[in-house]
Amino acid sequence: MQIEESPTTGDETITNYTINFGPQHPAAHGVLRMVMELDGEIIERIDPHVGLLHRGTEKLIEHKTYLQALPYFDRLDYCSPLAQEYSYILAIEKLLNVEVPERAQYIRVLFAELTRICNHMLNIGAHVMDVGAMTPNLWVFELREDCMNFFERMSGARMHHAYLRPGGVHQDVPEKLLVDIGEWLDTRLPELFGDAMSLVLDNRIFKQRNVDIAVVSKDDAVAWGFSGPMIRAAGIPWDLRKSQPYDVYDRMEFDIPVGTNSDCYDRFVVRVKEVYESAKIIKQCLRDMPTGPIASTDRKVSPPKRAEMKQSMEALIHHFKLYTEGFHVPAGEVYVATESPKGEFGVYLVSDGSNKPYRCKIRPTAFSHLQAMDFMCKGHMLPDATAILGAIDVVFGECDR
Amino acid sequence: MATLHSAPRFTRIDGLKDTLSAALGDHLVEAHEEHGELLLTVHRASIADALKLLRDNHDYQQLMEIAGVDYPSRAERFEVVYMLLSLTKNSRIMVKCSASEDTPVPTVTTLWPNAGWLEREVFDMYGVLFDGNTDLRRILTDYGFEGHPFRKDFPLTGYVELRYSEDEKRVVYEPVELAQDLRQFDFMSPWEGADYVLPGDEKAATPPVDEPKTTEKPSDTGAGKATDKKAAEKVSAGAPAEEDGGEDAPAPEPTEDQPARAKRKGKTSDTAKATEPKKKAPAKKKPAAKKAPAKRKAPAKKKDDK
Repeated sequence: MQIEESPTTGDETITNYTINFGPQHPAAHGVLRMVMELDGEIIERIDPHVGLLHRGTEKLIEHKTYLQALPYFDRLDYCSPLAQEYSYILAIEKLLNVEVPERAQYIRVLFAELTRICNHMLNIGAHVMDVGAMTPNLWVFELREDCMNFFERMSGARMHHAYLRPGGVHQDVPEKLLVDIGEWLDTRLPELFGDAMSLVLDNRIFKQRNVDIAVVSKDDAVAWGFSGPMIRAAGIPWDLRKSQPYDVYDRMEFDIPVGTNSDCYDRFVVRVKEVYESAKIIKQCLRDMPTGPIASTDRKVSPPKRAEMKQSMEALIHHFKLYTEGFHVPAGEVYVATESPKGEFGVYLVSDGSNKPYRCKIRPTAFSHLQAMDFMCKGHMLPDATAILGAIDVVFGECDR
Repeated sequence: MATLHSAPRFTRIDGLKDTLSAALGDHLVEAHEEHGELLLTVHRASIADALKLLRDNHDYQQLMEIAGVDYPSRAERFEVVYMLLSLTKNSRIMVKCSASEDTPVPTVTTLWPNAGWLEREVFDMYGVLFDGNTDLRRILTDYGFEGHPFRKDFPLTGYVELRYSEDEKRVVYEPVELAQDLRQFDFMSPWEGADYVLPGDEKAATPPVDEPKTTEKPSDTGAGKATDKKAAEKVSAGAPAEEDGGEDAPAPEPTEDQPARAKRKGKTSDTAKATEPKKKAPAKKKPAAKKAPAKRKAPAKKKDDK
């Protein structure tokens, strides 16, 4: 390095230097490599390198039947598995134009919202830990553990549920589970979550690290393709559950929290408020959920009950056909997006009329947000990068696919 | 068709197809509405102009996604699909254009900053070039990757696999070696469009006979006396013990590699006799052998009765 003549004795001019942030970095939330150009401790430029977790999910899906491809969606954003399945099955249902029984719709909405709580618990915990607080993370992880236990009782799996099905859900939920979720919402969630947030929300250090960090204007948020809490923190009340309701979301009463300042702190608070809104929705689901079938009665799409198969030849044939050949989806192309906890999660599904998707493009939420890292970090300090990244809520299983 | 599904319901704007078709004018190739989605196909050269028009004059503010699709049978095999979202009108449309490997698509990074990565992804996966994108690097695949993996002619297993080599102390790339063939099940029924040949398919190709064969009398079935006689015959050959009295198969002829053994010396040279089966054995089996044909006759008799 060539050092120029110092203007004053003892001073040295230094040139920018480049560092690697990740791919193995606890604050990178997975395998993200960011090549940072720093001027001292000020970030001049960031070049995020993604794709280290690329598994070719979309290509794998093209080689599976529609039903076999479903579990891949759990493995995209492994923090909110049900939300990914949701977009996919809605896309199939849109092509098939199949009716979903009311109870199934309520169950889906209920557990999609529980997934949102579960996801936000992870993100909120990780975000506060990124900026230096330890305790709240441990507390909210207890709630996450509760959610996981509920999921286990719902589907048998803690994380990779593969629970939703075109035309409904895989199995009915036990009555006791619904009762327990209701109790949990009234007691444990507000207590534990309230305690944890009381440590954070007014905390001086937390505010110093997050307020006025990565301010994004409304216009920029729209132009960069932001969605979910990122666009709501910018002050735009855009929520697909409200504006483009699917299943029974149009019957739910809930508010959309929006930010005023569009900084990392707002993004955090939007998520905190969303947890309470999700709890509201779940309570309404528990209150209004009717009894009835949990999957479509169209035997070309959803399988018959096992007991029925013992009696009816027709049912046996349908079951066999569904689990070997699968169902055929009418040719066409749709783009279906739902409000996943992280933002707009879309599935562009092209069908050629066969039993396998011709093309299944997944729109990850993190792609647009992460792309704006350079734009958001410019001029901030190096430690702010972790706060900004934490507020994006990025999971690489989904980003890299 | 009535809408039964419960997928996201965005605002259906009456006459949207006509409005946008008129607005796009010469840019438009085809407008198509299906499954409640509006698909606009535009000329490749004017994709940027068309999207600018939609963004500025028709309030499609957000570019949510760019997807590539590969149709190898077409002359221009790739399709690039742009998903637009209007926050104010609460509407979604898809705009697409076709492209081939050597016909670059005009970039839209000038309209939306987030188009950069989306175009990089389409380039990485399909090899579609974007004219004007200043940063068209690969994005999802490995550093130094070759080929475009989402093309339909790219094998699912890829060409190379990598592992950490303890000898070289680094990750090495090797050609893919599958311990077992990739299991590619095709569950399509042959009568529903699968195009492979199954044994017996050739029969379907033989022309139908002029006069259909009818069976009114038992004699028409071909089951006459000759058939009965044939049926009464013993089907399988007798067991070797019955035919040759239980003699062993002869020793193999000596070859160059395995010359014949020298004769044993002394009294033990002739042990063969001691191991021979007693002459009584075949006599015992004879009644059993006689019974077998009798049994076989029974079904033949039944045929006669009919």
